[in-house]
Formats: sequence, structure tokens, C-alpha cells
Amino acid sequence: MNDKSSPRKFSRRKFVQGVSTTIIGSYVLTPGVSKISEKLEAETKEIASGKKPLNLIVNKVRYELMISPETTLAEVLRNELKLTGTKLICNHGECGGCTVLLNGEAIYSCQMLALDAGEKEVTTIEGLLTGEELHPIQKAFVEHDGLQCGYCTPGQIIAAQAILLKNSQPSKEEILTGMSGNLCRCAAYPNILKSVLAAAGYLTEGTNR
Amino acid sequence: MNDSFSIVGKKVFRQDAYAKVTGQAKFADDINFPGQLFAVMVRIASAHAKIKSIDYSEVINDSRLIKIIDHSNIPGNKLVGPIRNDQPIFCFDKVVTPGDVICMLIGENVDDLNKLKRKVKIDFEELPVLNDPLKSLEENSPLIHPEFENNLIIHYPLRKGNIEKGFADSDYIIEQTYRTAFVEHAYIEPEAVIAIPQETPNSVKIVGSIQNPFTCRKVVASVLNYPLANVRVIQAELGGSFGGKDDTMNILSARAAIGAMITGRPVKIKYTREESILESYKRHPYILNYKVGAKADGKITAMKIDIIADGGAYSSMSPFVTWRSVVQATGPYEIENVQTDVRAVYTNNPYTGAMRGFGSPQPIFAVESIMDELAIKLNITPDEIRRRNCFTSGSFTASGQKLEKHDVNLIKVLDTAVQKSGFKEKWIKYHSLQEFKSLEHKNLSFNDADSLILKEQDYLNNQNYLRKGIGLAVSYRGCSLGAEGIDAAAAYLSLQNDGSLFLLCGLSENGQGLRTTLSIVAAEVLGLTLDKIIYLDQDTSLIPDSGPTVASRATLMGGGAVKNAAVEIRNRLEKLLVDEWNLAGDAVFTFANDKVKYFGGGAKEISFNELCALAYKKGISLSAMGWYKGPDVHWNEETGQGSAYFTYVYGCQVAEVTLNMATGEVFIDNLIAVHNPGRVINLLGAEGQVYGGVTQGAGYALWEEINSEKGFIKELNFDQYLIPTAKDVGKIKPYFIEGRDIYGPWGAKSLGEPTLELTAAAIANAVRNAAGKRFFNLPLNLEEIFLGKKLKAESLNRGSA
Repeated sequence: MNDKSSPRKFSRRKFVQGVSTTIIGSYVLTPGVSKISEKLEAETKEIASGKKPLNLIVNKVRYELMISPETTLAEVLRNELKLTGTKLICNHGECGGCTVLLNGEAIYSCQMLALDAGEKEVTTIEGLLTGEELHPIQKAFVEHDGLQCGYCTPGQIIAAQAILLKNSQPSKEEILTGMSGNLCRCAAYPNILKSVLAAAGYLTEGTNR
Repeated sequence: MNDSFSIVGKKVFRQDAYAKVTGQAKFADDINFPGQLFAVMVRIASAHAKIKSIDYSEVINDSRLIKIIDHSNIPGNKLVGPIRNDQPIFCFDKVVTPGDVICMLIGENVDDLNKLKRKVKIDFEELPVLNDPLKSLEENSPLIHPEFENNLIIHYPLRKGNIEKGFADSDYIIEQTYRTAFVEHAYIEPEAVIAIPQETPNSVKIVGSIQNPFTCRKVVASVLNYPLANVRVIQAELGGSFGGKDDTMNILSARAAIGAMITGRPVKIKYTREESILESYKRHPYILNYKVGAKADGKITAMKIDIIADGGAYSSMSPFVTWRSVVQATGPYEIENVQTDVRAVYTNNPYTGAMRGFGSPQPIFAVESIMDELAIKLNITPDEIRRRNCFTSGSFTASGQKLEKHDVNLIKVLDTAVQKSGFKEKWIKYHSLQEFKSLEHKNLSFNDADSLILKEQDYLNNQNYLRKGIGLAVSYRGCSLGAEGIDAAAAYLSLQNDGSLFLLCGLSENGQGLRTTLSIVAAEVLGLTLDKIIYLDQDTSLIPDSGPTVASRATLMGGGAVKNAAVEIRNRLEKLLVDEWNLAGDAVFTFANDKVKYFGGGAKEISFNELCALAYKKGISLSAMGWYKGPDVHWNEETGQGSAYFTYVYGCQVAEVTLNMATGEVFIDNLIAVHNPGRVINLLGAEGQVYGGVTQGAGYALWEEINSEKGFIKELNFDQYLIPTAKDVGKIKPYFIEGRDIYGPWGAKSLGEPTLELTAAAIANAVRNAAGKRFFNLPLNLEEIFLGKKLKAESLNRGSA
């Protein structure tokens, strides 16, 4: 509950350079051969409880987890990986609050079992920053006020990214169609449209340089 | 201060945008505490039942359960409510609506608790269910709350002039009945709260998605029987509220607090969307009967209004919501003879309370519709009938209040909207196309189901069936709380000796952009750049009770408090400079861009941070508490006469629609919104308010409806409850007409609710213009337009379930 109003200074893991391996979840891998039996024992216990192993690559970081098979990708992101930028709003595939990229495609992470995302590249809102520098889409949302309360915003930005990955110069109509799966009750829609148009401009400028 | 501003009125980026676009902003469900437990609610499938017994034997010894909490665990008030204490934290004798909660289970895992809750055996006896507010008022109707003598929550009469004489003097009389629906706030963040026991005995901290932390504190303290100071409520980042995260959140917070105090561990409650829609309150459905008498020249002589509001199972904010209705029911028209009666009644429907608009969208829909009908009857254009009746400076409202001390610029607002939209010409053109008078041209018989099946050309080649329409609506709105209650707010500013500032206000950032607005006010007075300001979260233990963040009052009241604090600090700094620079006492300084300048004999300049360092060195206080209190207002409950609000704002919206006569579908092509918010503080934020209000108003007009089927809600998620998407509304164009006012920071008043309240009325009038036929029931969905009635749900089965 610190101040939320100013750009927060924080240190982030330097994950961008390459894929590192982080192990979290209900068992811990400790280095050294002598611990392997302990690990196996823990793993056996997890499997006995119905849990399944999952290899997940999120924002270029590899995670090895043991999860219940019914867990959705959204639940893993929020509850296990503490990537709370992804929001659960309807948990019903209707609102787009949980939108993430899976191998570059926008998906509703509440509608995908986490096990189905195994070995695929997941990008969440947390993966867009470079250090403290905003991604051009994020910058555009700030400058064009493409948000109010901010709860749907991570999903909106990821949806925008999915559009722009496919089509660097989308028309207004294409943007509105692409964004229409993301509800915003504050209804910042006209500003979201301006933001995505501006982001397309920034990204094109970037590639032309 | 004059009207040349360095930052007020410019386009300023949102102060919290960085945290929000990066996903770092922490909303209540993003926050967890060590040792945290979860609680899940237990309900029964009934809208009205007597609870006979509760049997916990199948769950009580389960290792997954830590504690069961019900009414017997409540140390203080078991019933709460903002006005009338009629809503139980946990039901003990009766259930009066399906959202009611009987007990909650606390444990470490929500999934486990959801399995366990089915094993709580509750024996209950069904009671007669009342769904129709008109039936609730019948003499021998069953009582929903037997502690009161009838199902009437409140009745507000208003009497002005002589209503019989008014009608006798009229040349034309129109009488019509309009209806509106239950509407869900659909704040995109579902409810979440955590209660954390504190080290000091008998004290608790609440962190949650709470719109009104001070109201929440009052409820939690009364339920726990603690002093107010022992309950600390901190607002987490709020994912939208629109009036909705008040009563529901206060009750959830109280439940979590009881759980936390009994288990000694933090307890979190988070709702799914289904639970959110099931338990939270809605916007009131109204039945509105309007009778209007007018002279042949269009001057209204009498207006008789009878309104029944469905309050649902609990009184909640109904007495205040319907009070705003009685004040504003005539619309912004000066009428000599008025008789208004507004009643709110109990039913077993979902309860209704505060929602953006707060008792104004319903009467505006009715009165603005009937004004258009009157214009058509008199063969004048809708703008003209309004021009002949609307408020001007010095007009008297229905409650006998003289409109003065502010710019009553409704005609300017109306004229701007009419001119920008080309209203008159378009309206006359569409209105004259009488051959498409209604859907009857298709010779459809609605009793014959086959005739309803559209032929291919009906929708593929639908150019033949597309009709254009344009409609306008005007409104006026009392700012802030009015005669509802005490109206004051606090803000605390603390300058640091390097010229940076922190700002804390007793009103809440709900997503509307208050952080930015209040920061601009402080920055304007002190000449600071916005990056020097840190805005602190609202915390009931750090700032005086400033009342709720409602009634579009935050800019007016909070802005007033921030300005007062900033001016106090500035005065101290100016006095210091007078002494330091040996100037006359009335020396004039400019504070801008982190610098302070004096232009009198021999210009002088000091940087703001040097000035703060100097003040600190001299022992001058760099902090101040600002307090802003609205002037007193009066209301006579018997006659409905008095100065309801201390100032008002005015608006006009013009909607242009395309109506598909073959399907009943309405598309909003354009919407022009002209508003007088007094003064615009942040242009970017003000435009955002218009986009949001208009779009929510469009949802209210065309799609949104909660159906209560014997008290049960059909639309429990966004697959059934349709809120507008990015593609559903065409171009929205805001215009702001500023006006002088002695209240608020530089005359800044209200905008959030004014943008929503008249949109549905404007759209309904546009549909009337296109169809040549009036539709009386919101929402104007396909059924309403095609069949002239709503097809009610026959089962509660979910479409996608």
C-alpha cells in the first residue's frame, strides 16, 4: 500500500537477455546430488495428490511447477507466479481481463488449462516493461488516457499488442474489432482507440529507425 | 488568482497511469497477507423464507474448515444500513432476497470451502415472494420486514402552486407511464477485501475495494462494537465502482473483520462475478407516471408526477436516491404548478441503492420523453419546447428554490448542442418521413410466430429497413449531497523542505481520476510541477472523515479542501518573502514552474525548493489541513419545498441513431454531449468522464437489464448481462461550456453523473424520431422495439452453462 501515484522505482530481474530457470511452487530444488532423493520423494507425493508437472515459460522465464490439472492458466499466473497484472473479472471467457499472449496470440487465460500452456511462450503485462521503460503501447495508453480505473487495462494492452503483432497499421475498424473482446466499464473506449492508433505509429517509427 | 491558469484546464496525464499500464497497481485481490485465510458465503435458494434451523454437523469437524461464522458471532449491530438498519450481516430469522448470506466458512483453501458449504444443512420455510412494487403497497400484502408497519420505505411529496388550476389553465394535456429496469454497476473488478487483526487489542485494519472508507469504518465499528479509531480502513486501488462498492463492501468488510478477530488471522473475501451480481445492489427500476399540461404556445402550466421505485429487499440508499428524484423530477423547467409523489417500496427483488445518476436517469428518461411528445403535439421542434420552458437565471425550481449565484446557462448549453449537431433540420427531416410510421408496415402479427421469422432480405438487404433519427435531452443536477446530510471534506498537504509535496484527501480515487484532479489544484496554487507531488492512499486513520465519494462531489468538495490548504501554505510563504525581500505587505507574487517571482519595483525570483528550505529553516510550518464545507441547505419533508442543493450544473446531449426496422436494432452513430461543469480542471479527465458516462448511458438505453425471476437474477455474468463494448457506440463528442460559480475550486463543480443521466433519454428520443413511435420501457432492446414488450425469462438456465 505504498504510493501508487508516481512511477515506482523498483528493481526487476534481468530476464530479458535470455531464458533463466526459476523453480517455484510446492517443492524446491536444492543443488547437490544428496538432495535428489528428497526431491523425488516430494515429487512422488505431489503426483499421488493428483498434481501434474508443468513447464511454463512466462515473460521469457521458465518455471517448473506442480499443479492440479484443473487449474487454469490465469490461476497459475496470479496465484502461483504472483503475476497479478493479469486480472480475473468474469472467469467465463467474456471480458478479456485475463488476456495474455500465447506464442504471440491473444488468449483468455481463464479459459485455458495451465497444462495446455506447457512449453509455450506466455507474455503477460509484466513482460512488457524494459527495466522501467514503458513499452510503446503502454506509453500510448498513458498519453491518450486509455484507462480510468485501470483494472481492465493489462488485458486491453495485451489485446492491443496481439493486434499490432499481426498488423502494424490496423484501421480504426480493425482495432475496434480486435479490442471488442475486452470490456471496459469506465468506457475509455474512444481513448483506447486513440492509444492503439498512436502505439501503431510509435512502433512503426521504431522499426523505421 | 484570476482566470489565467498555468495547468488548470489543460490535458494532464493521469497520475496513476504508470502503475496501471504496467500491471503494478495493487487492487484488493492482488494483495495478500501472511497467514491469510479465506471466507466463503453460504446462501439458500430462496427469495423469501423463514429460517427454521441450521445444521453444521457435517462440516464442523472437517479438517479443511477453520471456523464457521454466523449471526451468533456478531458482538455489535446485527442489522446495518445507511439510513434504516434493516440489512443483516448474517441472516438470523429470515431470508428476503436470494443474495442473502446465512453464514460463512473460513479456511485456507477456497475450493475446499466451496465443497464444504454444500454440506451446511439449512431448513427453511418458503414465504410468499413479492416482486411487483405495486403489489407490495397493497393493503394486505405480506410484510418483508415485519418490524415496519408496511412495505413503504419512504414517501416524498412535493407541492407547488395549485395543480388543478394548472391543468384547468392548459390547452393540452398528455399523460404517460414509463418504466426502467434494474441495472447492474458491473464495475469490472469484483468485490475483494482483507481484514487484518492489529497488535493493539480490539483493533482491525481493512484493505479492500471500498468506495467509501469512512462509511465502511462506521459499519465495521458498529458491527464489532469498537470505537471508530480502532477500525482503520485503507482503500486498495479501486477497479471501478460507479456508486456500487458502498453497502455491499461495508457488509463484506464487517464479515471479514468478524472472521479476522475470531481467528486472529487475516481473512480475505473475494467474490466471483456471479456472487457479485447476485448479492450487490442495483439501480432502482422506476414506474413513472407523468401528466403534463401546456398552453398552445408551449408554456407548461402544470406537471403531476407519480413515481414508484423498487427498493428491493433492503432500504439501503433508497431514501436519498428517491429524494434526488423528487427534487429533479420536473426536469430543468420552470413550472408554476407541480405535484410530485415519489415512493420507494420493499420487494423480494435484489436490493437497490446508489448508482451513477442516483435517482436522476429514470425521471429524466420520462420527462424528456414527454417533452418531445408535447413538442410533436404542438407542432414545434423539441429544442423549441425546451427553450420556452427551461430555467434561466433567477428561475424558481419545483421546490421553490431561486437559481442564483451561478451561471444558469442551460439555454447556451442547449443552443450549442443544437448548433453542433444540426439538430433542427435533421429532426424535421426524419420526422416528416411518415410512411415508415412503425414496424406495422411489415404487417406482422405478433401472435403468429411464423410472421416473426425474418426473410433473408430483411437483414442482408437491410438498407430498406434502416431509418435515421436524432433526439435530444437536457438536464440539471444538484451538486454534491444537498439536504441529504453534512457536506464537508478535508485534505492534507505537506510540503517537504526540498519543494516536493504529499497530498492526502478524505475522498477516494475510484478510477475517475481524482488523484490527478486534486494534484492539479495543489500544483496550480503552489506553482509546482506535477512530478513533485506524491498522492497518498485514502486511509481513515490519517485524514478526517470527509463523507462519501459520491454525488459527483469530489472535485467540488475535495478540490475546495485542497485549494484551501494550498492557499494557506502559499500565504505563509508569501509572508516570508515579504519579510525576506523587504516588500510591502500587499506585494503580488507569481507561483509557477517551481519558481516564485515578484515583479514589483526590482524583480526578484526564488526557486520553489529554495523557498521551502528557507521556510523550514525559519521554523515556518509547511503543512496544512484544508477543510471545505458546503453552505447550509434546507428541505421541508411535508411540502417538498426548500433550497435542495447549493448549486447546480446543466447539460444537453444529442443522439443520432440508425434503427433497423426489421430487427429492432439501434446503433448510436453520433452523440454530442455539452456540459457545464463550472470549470474544467483536467481536460483529459473531463473528456474521459463524458465517454464513460455516455457509454454507460447507452447501455442503460439499449441493452442493460437485470431480470428478477421471482427474486432470482438471470444475468449473473457478462454472457447474459450485456455492457457496451468498444464497437457498440459510435462517435462521442464532448463540449464544455464553463460558467462562473462561487463554489468549488475556481468554480469547478460536477461532471461524472451529469454525463450519464440524460443519455438514455436522448437516445430514446432519437429512436422515436426514427420509428415515428414512442417506446416506454427501458432498455430499448430488440424485443421492446420489435414487440413493444419484454419477453421475460422463463427459466434461470444460463445461456452458456
